[in-house]
Amino acid sequence: MTDIKPIQPPTGVPESGACGSRREFLGTAVATVAMALTGCGKLSKEEFLQHNFRELSKDELKTIIARLEREYEEKYHKAVKVGNEPAMPGVIFGYALDLSRCIGCRRCVYACVKENNQSRDPQIQWIRVLEMDKEEGVNIQHAEQYYNPEEVPREGHFYMPVQCQQCKRPPCVKVCPVGATWREKDGIVVVDYNWCIGCRYCMAACPYGARHFNWGEPHIDAADVNPNTHYLGNRPRPKGVVEKCTFCIQRTRKGLYPACVEICPTGSRKFGNLLDAKSEIREILENKRVFKFKEDLNTQPNFFYFYGV
Amino acid sequence: MNTRPIQFAGLALLLLTATAFASPPEKKGDASAPEGIQVPKPPFSEGIFPCTSCHDGKSMKVDTHRRELGMHSEIQEILHHGPNRWCLDCHDAQNRDRLHLAGGEPVAFTASYLLCGQCHGDKLRDWRLGIHGKRTGSWNGQKQYLLCVNCHNPHSPHFKPLKPMPPPTRPDDIKMAKGGSQ
Amino acid sequence: MVNIRNFKTFITDTLGLMTTGSRLYYAWIGFLLLLIALGAFAYTGQMNHGLIITNMRDQVSWGFYIGNFTFLVGVAAASIMLVIPAYIYDWAPIKEITILGEMLAITALVMCLGFVMVDIGRPDRFWHIMPLVGRLNWPSSLLAWDVIVLNLYLLLNWFVVTYLLFSAYVEKHYKKALVLPLVLLSIPMAVSIHTVTAYLYNGLAARPFWNSAILAPRFLASAFCSGPAVLLILLQVLRKTTRLKITDEAIFKIAELMAYTMGFNLFLTAAESFKELYSGTEHMIYFQYLLFGIEKNGVHYHTLVPFAWASIITGFVAFLLFLIPKTRTNWITLNIGCVLIYSSVYIEKGMGLIIPGLTPDTLGEIYVYRPSLTEITVAAGIFSLGALVFTCMLKAAVPMMLGEFTISGRHKPATPPEADPIQA
Repeated sequence: MTDIKPIQPPTGVPESGACGSRREFLGTAVATVAMALTGCGKLSKEEFLQHNFRELSKDELKTIIARLEREYEEKYHKAVKVGNEPAMPGVIFGYALDLSRCIGCRRCVYACVKENNQSRDPQIQWIRVLEMDKEEGVNIQHAEQYYNPEEVPREGHFYMPVQCQQCKRPPCVKVCPVGATWREKDGIVVVDYNWCIGCRYCMAACPYGARHFNWGEPHIDAADVNPNTHYLGNRPRPKGVVEKCTFCIQRTRKGLYPACVEICPTGSRKFGNLLDAKSEIREILENKRVFKFKEDLNTQPNFFYFYGV
Repeated sequence: MNTRPIQFAGLALLLLTATAFASPPEKKGDASAPEGIQVPKPPFSEGIFPCTSCHDGKSMKVDTHRRELGMHSEIQEILHHGPNRWCLDCHDAQNRDRLHLAGGEPVAFTASYLLCGQCHGDKLRDWRLGIHGKRTGSWNGQKQYLLCVNCHNPHSPHFKPLKPMPPPTRPDDIKMAKGGSQ
Repeated sequence: MVNIRNFKTFITDTLGLMTTGSRLYYAWIGFLLLLIALGAFAYTGQMNHGLIITNMRDQVSWGFYIGNFTFLVGVAAASIMLVIPAYIYDWAPIKEITILGEMLAITALVMCLGFVMVDIGRPDRFWHIMPLVGRLNWPSSLLAWDVIVLNLYLLLNWFVVTYLLFSAYVEKHYKKALVLPLVLLSIPMAVSIHTVTAYLYNGLAARPFWNSAILAPRFLASAFCSGPAVLLILLQVLRKTTRLKITDEAIFKIAELMAYTMGFNLFLTAAESFKELYSGTEHMIYFQYLLFGIEKNGVHYHTLVPFAWASIITGFVAFLLFLIPKTRTNWITLNIGCVLIYSSVYIEKGMGLIIPGLTPDTLGEIYVYRPSLTEITVAAGIFSLGALVFTCMLKAAVPMMLGEFTISGRHKPATPPEADPIQA
């Protein structure tokens, strides 16, 4: 939450006199109501009145980002940069995951947590790895997320990590009552954490369980905070809003691979620009047979599963 | 008598001999980075390279018969790489600082993927495209490859199982953080 | 005379009526205020720590609050069970009591608003959902539709009730040309609020349990058979405690109509069950979890099973009690039937709709959700708020409806009324 900054009465108010004290009283009263509504009593007027990201002017956005950086610095005692790189032209991101190679080691899960400033307590993880039986194939009802053997892969099992599929027809975007989530030009489905009202309709709508909610105040140790953030991506989130994988928007819009792609020890994760005929992702679509998770729901994900062997 | 042709011939002979004593020439098949693929250094065990520090052709005689070796026993024990493999199928008998392809062409350790690719052609093809194996760098620029041997020990290539990182907290166990909402 | 000054006195007199009463009245109000305070206290805890002190988690992200919301939207829609016979069929015995159905609708809508407010993660951002001021994602989001239709219906009912009472208060006959179209409009509007709420669930392909074509008809059928149950009991209470004339005929007619809707509701439930259980696809798992329990990785999950069968059995018994004329016209069995059908639909909308829709979740995980103490306390506070609103409205409305309390003869002695009660 933000620093305490009660609503100031309008400037130019006389110091003494009934008029001034009445205005001060009103201002304090409004601030009290606003504080009461937010519970923890830390809500600045600017944050309260901030509009949807897509409606902000360049100047407004600059002011907001400056305010956010100031708040993060005060909270974590380190310089946190909040970027807002736009989508690169001529880019639509695609992701492919090799089911024959994933061994379920979960290094992607934790690399993501570190890179994207997810709350450690209460725990939030954007990637869930499903362990399934080879005999059953991809069958959600027989999946197990809490596997914890000594070694992976376990005999007779295969592994399928699931995260936001960045759908071309995202059901979450369709249902959000306030338009706090939308699909960017490069295909990434983003959330404006300062606009989300926390109604969780999008979580009911997502077929992949990819959206996660900050049920409580998120906690990250200052030492673990990744200071390279994006407004729509991995900047530390407040309580009561929804978050999810953004294909590491803070990295990919600068040409880097997402953290999960970089950390995977077996090279199961592939990422690239679907509009570039020479990219790995296009090679995979050309040479390997891919499938889409829950394809019958017609969400048209930009995330493909394939069998590399 | 005109000695100039003889002088030329002698000079030519001298030069040729000189080159013969230099390091073996870059022949076809010897590919440190032929396709412009950036790879890291081969993951040698400590002190094992250059092999010619022991296998200099003098202190040990070259013996190409398949047998139990006296040295390198730890490798022999684990040499699980297809049926009927032995060391000199890949290692060059004449120059231990090189590997060799099926036809005998020498291959540097830095291009060992060419050797692997002889039998595992589909993997080599996929690796070149970036589909097989870990890839780091930029999706729209310079990429880093790994050698096959960076992940697959050539003497025991099966990818080793790993200890998984901890499972997620069950929803029943997700509670308010200690210390409340601060 | 309908003017601003009279309206001002109308307001002050209404408040006066609401704040004075018998000892029993004060005790009841006091009790409700206590529960509301408890609910408010629990809610401040929730605001401080976040929704983590509920038992909702990512896997079951909607629970007790939204279940109650859904049920109460149905209750709000039920007022048309009075409006249709009264105004479409011009049936006099019911006409004078339609206003009670509208007041019930207002109460239910206030509670719906309450449950939505306590469920969202950022109540301070409530203004984001207001059109023009915020950004309402209409027509794409069904929640945006719900915001619009629920508020319009609330506005409609509030206006009609206020106008009718105000007319009675100033001893002027209300303008039929104004009231009749609005009341008739309330019929499709009542259908719309529950249809939109049903579509809210229905449109989610991610949740096969909800994604069935029959969901909206089921919502309507169960709403129309449960909401009026409250009214039936209320009417009997009002008959005994006030001078309101409510004939047996009116009550039995409502009960008869309810019997038909109950039958239809049971039929739709059977149709849904057949489709799932006979086709036997993977989507059957949600029904299985609800009715029979399921086993996963050696663990048996059957938390909902007793509730599911209780809901079905009570619904069926209530149907028989309402259908058979002998039991329908017997006050004991009628009231038992009311309680049974109300419970049946309440269970069905909460545990029978929300939870099995989200369990197992989209990745096959089963999280057993039970409301926490915070959720129950806050819900109790909201229900008490509704009861308070309804009590106060009745306290002011009944004397006005009877003509006992008017602008000229306020605090009339307890003599038989000269003016007729409100009638078209």
